[in-house]
Amino acid sequence: MTAFTVTVTVRLKHGVLDPEAETTQRSLERLGFELDDLRGADVFELDLDAEDADAAADRAEEMAERLLANPTIHDYDVEVTERE
Amino acid sequence: MTIAVIQFGGSNCDRDSVQALGSMGFGAELVWHEDGLPEDVTGIMLPGGFSYGDYLRAGAMAARSPIMSEVREAAADGTPVLGVCNGAQIGCESSLTPGAFTTNESARFQCEHVHLRVENADTPWTSQYDTGEVIELPIAHGEGRYEITDDRLDELEAEGRILFKYCDAEGEVSPEANPNGSKHAVAGVTGESDHVAVMMPHPERASLDDLGRTDGQPVLSGFAD
Repeated sequence: MTAFTVTVTVRLKHGVLDPEAETTQRSLERLGFELDDLRGADVFELDLDAEDADAAADRAEEMAERLLANPTIHDYDVEVTERE
Repeated sequence: MTIAVIQFGGSNCDRDSVQALGSMGFGAELVWHEDGLPEDVTGIMLPGGFSYGDYLRAGAMAARSPIMSEVREAAADGTPVLGVCNGAQIGCESSLTPGAFTTNESARFQCEHVHLRVENADTPWTSQYDTGEVIELPIAHGEGRYEITDDRLDELEAEGRILFKYCDAEGEVSPEANPNGSKHAVAGVTGESDHVAVMMPHPERASLDDLGRTDGQPVLSGFAD
């Protein structure tokens, strides 16, 4: 078994309104910053042991499907790195 | 006859629900989620509140708690299930009902009275209303914006699964009368079968004669069908 850290990033699907991101963007603009768009995301870092990187990614994807993301409104991606 | 009002840590409309149901002559009892469903359960209400502190997403944690497997089984066997507010979020998170309730368009918690138009009076929860009738109920939520794909929403509309839409006092649906930016102004939907339903407005808060309006009583009467 190998130790991995799997990073799961959960984002709203394209086209789904994100009022918190809009409010944050407006607040940045009020501070004088210029920007075209702002998107929020939730990042989960999972430390786990697995046979290989694919197995680690599979397990994290199942976690995303079943809890970390809501498939109705979210997309997610999974990135696997070996842990020292 | 026992309607189980399921309490999660952070539920806060549980006692109101029991009182409202009791005042209408129903036998209703609080059921702590870890205790499982009573054997004689004839109806299930998922009450409002902030289960698990709205961690991750409103309703996400409660939807994965063991009692929800029992609720899904009971629903599949025909037991009426009503989710209100946080209970609606739990219902959608647990796939009892389609779609998702997410952050209000205003990004604020909103506590106010709203008008609702009855979209389909041919369900247990709306049979005492007329289709097109306008009722008034309170809302109190920060994550009540109904979200779903356009195609799926069109299907739900065609199947008559939309219970209520936000509207003005005359029954007109408009962006101004939509308190949270819900798609198609949807305030409540049914599951695959109409004995399962969820809604963001609070019928139990408008069901006691002593508190003025009783527009919500007919919704709760759905447990009698």
